Amino acid sequence: MSTDIYLNVAVSGVLTGLVYGLMALGLSVIFGVVRVVNFAHGEMTTVAMYFAVVLFATLGLDPLLMMVPIAGVLFVFGYAMQRWLINPFISRPEHSQFILLVAVAIILANGLLIVFGPDARSVQTSYAFDSFKIGPLIVDATKAFAGLAAIAVAAALFAFFRFTRLGTAIRACADNYTGAQVIGLNVPRLYALTFGLGAACVGAAGAMLALVTDVTPPLGPSFTLLAFVIVIVGGLGSMSGALAGGILIGVIAALAGLFYTPSAKGMFVFAILVLVLLFRPQGIFGRRA
Amino acid sequence: MSALLSVDGLSKRFRGLVAVDRLSFQVDQGDIFAVIGPNGAGKTTLFNMIAGVFSPDGGTIVLSGERINDLSPDRICRRGVGRTFQIVRPFPALSVEDNVIVAALLHRHLVPDARAHAGEVLRQLDLYDKRAQRASGLTLPDRKRLELARALATDPKLLLLDEVMAGLRPTETDRMVSILKELNRSRGLTILLIEHVMRAVMALAARVLVMHHGAAIAEGAPDQVVRDRAVIESYLGAETV
Amino acid sequence: MIARLAENVSLRAAIALVLLLLALFVAPWFANDYLLTVLILIFYFAYTGQAWNIMMGFAGQLSLGHAIYIGLGAYTTAVLFSFFGVSPWVGSFAAILMAALWGAMIGFLAFRFRVGGVYFAILTIAFAEFARIGFDHLSYVGGSAGFFLPVANYTQSDLWTLRGKPIMFYYLSLGMTVAAVVLCHIMVRSRLGYFWKAIREDEEAARAVGINTFRYKLIAVVISAAMTSLAGVFFAFYYNNLFPEEVFSINRSIELILAPIFGGLGTLFGPILGAFMLTGLAETLTTTLAALGVDVPGAKQVFYGICLLLVITVLPEGVWPWLYRRLGLAGRSE
Repeated sequence: MSTDIYLNVAVSGVLTGLVYGLMALGLSVIFGVVRVVNFAHGEMTTVAMYFAVVLFATLGLDPLLMMVPIAGVLFVFGYAMQRWLINPFISRPEHSQFILLVAVAIILANGLLIVFGPDARSVQTSYAFDSFKIGPLIVDATKAFAGLAAIAVAAALFAFFRFTRLGTAIRACADNYTGAQVIGLNVPRLYALTFGLGAACVGAAGAMLALVTDVTPPLGPSFTLLAFVIVIVGGLGSMSGALAGGILIGVIAALAGLFYTPSAKGMFVFAILVLVLLFRPQGIFGRRA
Repeated sequence: MSALLSVDGLSKRFRGLVAVDRLSFQVDQGDIFAVIGPNGAGKTTLFNMIAGVFSPDGGTIVLSGERINDLSPDRICRRGVGRTFQIVRPFPALSVEDNVIVAALLHRHLVPDARAHAGEVLRQLDLYDKRAQRASGLTLPDRKRLELARALATDPKLLLLDEVMAGLRPTETDRMVSILKELNRSRGLTILLIEHVMRAVMALAARVLVMHHGAAIAEGAPDQVVRDRAVIESYLGAETV
Repeated sequence: MIARLAENVSLRAAIALVLLLLALFVAPWFANDYLLTVLILIFYFAYTGQAWNIMMGFAGQLSLGHAIYIGLGAYTTAVLFSFFGVSPWVGSFAAILMAALWGAMIGFLAFRFRVGGVYFAILTIAFAEFARIGFDHLSYVGGSAGFFLPVANYTQSDLWTLRGKPIMFYYLSLGMTVAAVVLCHIMVRSRLGYFWKAIREDEEAARAVGINTFRYKLIAVVISAAMTSLAGVFFAFYYNNLFPEEVFSINRSIELILAPIFGGLGTLFGPILGAFMLTGLAETLTTTLAALGVDVPGAKQVFYGICLLLVITVLPEGVWPWLYRRLGLAGRSE
C-alpha cells in the first residue's frame, strides 16, 4: 500500500462528508433557531432518498437535477410540520418534543415500509462508475458531483442568512426570541420557514445520498445519529461548523474503515463524539459560549 | 462581638469589567447588615461570591474563622449560609411545603422531622395555610416569603437576602421587616441583605455598606450613611429617601 | 402535584390497587398463552419504565441510551450462565455491578464536565451506540452473529436457572414490577427523593439549599442503571438469544421511555399505565388489522405513531395525572 491509497480514501471521505455535512446543516439550522432537536431528521433524509429513487426509476430523472424539486417538497413538508405540529411544543420540555418527533419518525419510516417494502433501492446512473484522474488521485465522479452540489447548496443558504432581509430576521429570532416579538417579527412563521429550510437541506442531501448509498426504510436512526455527531463535533447551531464537522467525520470514518475494519468505524465516530461532548461541548469549530 | 463573616480585598472581573473592586467589610455575629448602591454596583456579584456561585479573582471570604473562597454553593450552604435569589426560584412543580422540606432535609435525615421543621418555618412566615399549594401558583409576595422560608429551613448562621422587598407593597414590606427583625432577635440570626427599598434598610439595618462601581464608598450606621455626600451624589440623589 | 400523587393514597385508590394486584396474580389461570406473552411484555416495559423514570421523572436527567444497561445485564448473566453455569440469580449481582459501574462512569463524566440537557441525552446515545458496535466485534460473545442460551423443550420450570415456561416468566416479571414500584415508592418519599425532585425542578436552587447535586444525580444514574440491567437479565433468559444490533439498539432505548412519558413522567403508576396502554394498543392494532385481512408490514406502526402523536399533543403531562384527577383519586383538591 502506498500513501496514494490513504489520499484517495481521504478525498472520498471529504466528498461524502460534505453531503452528510449538508444533511447535518439542516439539523443545526433548525436547532440554532427553533431550539428543537429534530429526532426525525434521518427519516426525513430517507424520504428524500426515496423521492430520488422513484423519480429516477420511473422517469429517469437524475438525482443531481432533482435535488432542487425534492428540496422544495421537503421545504413544504418541514414548514407545515413546524407550523401545525411542532409549534405548540416550542415551550414544552425536551422529552415532550422528543416523543413528538419520535412519533413522526415512526410514521415516516413505516409509511415508507408500506409503500416501498423492505428491499434496498438504489440509483444506477450512467456515470456511476466514472472517475476523474487528478495526478495520483482517482476521484469518483458521483461523489465529486455530490460534494460540489453540497457546497453549492450550503453557499446558497449562507448567502440567504447573511444577505437577505428574511435571513436577517431569522437570525434575530435565534438571538433573541422576545426581542424579535417586540419588534413585530412573526416568529411562528419565521420558525416554520427555518424548519422548512432545514428540511430543504435534508431534501438536497437525501437526493445526493441516493447516488452514494442504497436506501431502506429503517435507515433513519443511523442518519439521525450521524447528523447529531456531525453537528456536535462542528458546534450545535453553527452553520460552517456543520460542514466542517461533516468533512472531519467523513474523513475519519473513511480512514478508520481503511486502517481497521469498516464495520467498526462507527466506534471511532462515537468515541470522538464523547470526547467532544466532554472537553469541547461548543464543538471543535464552535466559538466558546 | 466577633465577626461572623469577613470579606477582605475581594475582587471579581468579567472580561476586563471590574464588578467588585478590592472590597472589604465585616459582618458581626447577630448583626443586620445592608449593602446598598445603584444598579450595576456589583452587589449581586458580591452575593454570588459569598454564596459560592462565582469564585473571586482576588481577596478572601472568611466565615466563622474559616476561609470559604472557591467552595461550591452547596458546601457553603452546609457551612451555614442560606440565600435567596433576586429573581425568585422556587421548585415550581412542588408544593409550598415540599419546597421547604427539601431545605429542612439538609440537616435532618428523616422526612417527618423535616416536615415538622418546615411546618414551624411556614407558620413563622404566614405560609402554613398555603402549604399544599403548588409553588408556581403563588403570588409574588408569597413566593418571596417561600424563598425566605426555604433559606431559613437550612438552619443558617448567616442569611443572604437579595432584594426580598422588591416588588412588595408597603404593608407587605413592613410585614417582611418585622419577620426579619423577629428572626434576628429570637434566634440571633445574622442577616446580610442587598436592598433598594430604603424604608426597609433604615428600619432593619444596624450597619450599611454603600457600593459604587464595585467599591465601597461609605460604611456606617444608616442615618449616618444617608447624610454622606458621596452617597447622596452617587446613589440617593436619584431616589427618594 | 405530580410528585405528590403517590403520597395521599385514598381508600378508594388502595382498594383499587389491591384488586388489581389480585387480578394480575390469578390472571394466568384464565389467560391463554398469547395473552400471557402480552402481559409479560407489558411488565417488561412497566419495569424498565419505572427504572428509567428514576433518572428522568425524579431526578430530571434525560437518558436516551438505556439500552446499554439492558445489554450489559443481558450479556453478563448470559455469559456467566452459558460458559460457567452460574445461575442468573447469582449472575444478576454481576450484572448490577457492571451496569452500575458504567452508569457511574457515564454520570461521572457527564456531571463533572457539566454536560446537560440535550447534550447529556446525546452523550447517553453515544455510549450505547459505542457498546453496540463494540459487542458486534466481541467474538467472545459471538459478535454480530449473536449469542444463544441453551434451550430445550421444558416440561417443568426451573426457577433457579430460569429455564422454563411462560408462566414462570409471567410471575417473575410481575414480581419485578411490583418490587420496582415499592422501591420507587420508598425512594421518592425519602430524603433522596426530595433531593432528586429539587434537582429536577431547579438545579441551581437545589445547590443553594445545600444539596450536593453531583452526588445525587450520580446516585440516580447508578440506581436506574442497576435496575435496568435486571430487565436485561430477564430479556436474555426470556428470549434466549442476544444480538448486539437488537439489545443495544437505539430502538430499545426509545421503546423503554415511551411508557413512562405516555403514562405520566415522575409518577409511580404512569409507567405501568403507559405500558398497559401502549402494548395493549400495539396488540389491538395487530389483531384488528389481521381480522380486517390487512397484511401490510408497517401499517401497525403507522397507527401506533399516530396514537403516540395524538396523546402527547393532547395530554402533555401523560395519561395518569389526567386519569387520576378524573377518577377523583386525589386525596385533596388543589
